[in-house]
Amino acid sequence: MKNKAILGFAGLAVLAGCATYVAPTKEESMQTVKASFKERGPAKLDRLNQTEIQAVCSDAQMTGKEVPKAQREALEKKTLATIKFPADGKYLGDFKEGERIAQSGVGMQWSDSDKTVNGGNCYACHQISTAEVSFGNIGPSLKGYGKLRGNSEAVVKYTWGKIWNTHAYNLCSQMPRYGDAGILTEAQIKDVMALLLDPNSPVNK
Amino acid sequence: MSRQTWATTVAGMILSVASVSVHAQGSAAEGIARYREMLQDGNPAELTVARGEELWKTKRGPKNVSLEQCDLGLGAGVVKGAYAQMPRYFADADQVMDFESRAVWCMVNLQGMDRAAITKSPYSGAGQKQTDIEALAAYAVEMSRGMPVNIPQSHPKEKASFDRGRQAFYMRGGPYDFSCATCHGVNNQRIRLQDLPNISGNKQDADRAFTTWPAYRVSQGALRTMQWRLYDCFRQQRWPELVFLSPTSIDLITFLGVNANGAKMDAPAIKR
Repeated sequence: MKNKAILGFAGLAVLAGCATYVAPTKEESMQTVKASFKERGPAKLDRLNQTEIQAVCSDAQMTGKEVPKAQREALEKKTLATIKFPADGKYLGDFKEGERIAQSGVGMQWSDSDKTVNGGNCYACHQISTAEVSFGNIGPSLKGYGKLRGNSEAVVKYTWGKIWNTHAYNLCSQMPRYGDAGILTEAQIKDVMALLLDPNSPVNK
Repeated sequence: MSRQTWATTVAGMILSVASVSVHAQGSAAEGIARYREMLQDGNPAELTVARGEELWKTKRGPKNVSLEQCDLGLGAGVVKGAYAQMPRYFADADQVMDFESRAVWCMVNLQGMDRAAITKSPYSGAGQKQTDIEALAAYAVEMSRGMPVNIPQSHPKEKASFDRGRQAFYMRGGPYDFSCATCHGVNNQRIRLQDLPNISGNKQDADRAFTTWPAYRVSQGALRTMQWRLYDCFRQQRWPELVFLSPTSIDLITFLGVNANGAKMDAPAIKR
């Protein structure tokens, strides 16, 4: 009875245009999103289940509030521990192949097939080789990457880790997790590493 | 000129403009603005607008009626200015609807057409003629050209649509961790040479993003709608397929539209 009275009151308030609006919760919004997509090709619905970092960083950008320092450092540390470094200890592959991977923007879209060889699409966001003038600016310029930084073990390992899972170093970076998310194979990452660090790579000329 | 010939001609013009901008990073937008100006009087979207008008006024479907009694929010039969005020809440459907949702609703409820059949392939494929929905959207938006965007936010469902749209805009997901905001939340960003509007934080960019769709896409030789724009963004975000007329598609259009309130509609536009 009491409930009915409350419902009746709420109904009247809506009719009267009173300020009864309650914003949808984040959970409700997420459910709506999940109900609005369908699987197609390699793009399955489980892609909409957010990781902890995706969720934390979505909120941070939406609210304009940075992730609290302690939480950020804890998540970065946890992520750092998951990076897989090459078992054979070899970090640099073929820079020419690396350039092809950096140029290619295909893979993992519903318009791609399971057989599509994924690209890194690095030029979408970064300047890399000087000869390529069609580059984006969402990420920093990588021109002269190896020449500027050298190829000490620290630089090499950091670069590998950054490509494998950028969130270990900058929690809410917009760069994809090329190793962690299985976008590029270990061999492909070695080729991209060579593009950045090989002294003979056009990046360092 | 046929659509194909036209597209080839324009594609050539863009290439020549693009080769200029390649030598001057950052001026791609100027080049595109220049060719847009050159084409102002010859946007091939006009052909689609004309077909949309004919479709709107022709008696069709099992009930053999036109869409002239379709209520786009300003009263039955009023097309002028309606697109600029959608998405909005419709009491008869008890739902917030963008133009494309409403057009389908009218085709089903007034003309008696089969919803599944109309919505199965809403976007024309390469070399195919524009779909009915594309043509109707082209006509409706042309009828709002120059009019101010005025997306209502008075009904609770309109507010909820905006709020969910905002959440969806910032939701990072998929193997690339991308949200809409990854590319459209910062000023002066580019993918390759393509300028990206900052839809959430820059009024001028938000205005252009909403007021210039639907648009004739020169690279595809076809007019594309706002539903298509979102669907193809999500493809590149590596998300699954955004369902045509789905709640999230409408919520995002509400979010984009409200952010552009006050701007003047300028569509169908012409884009690269």
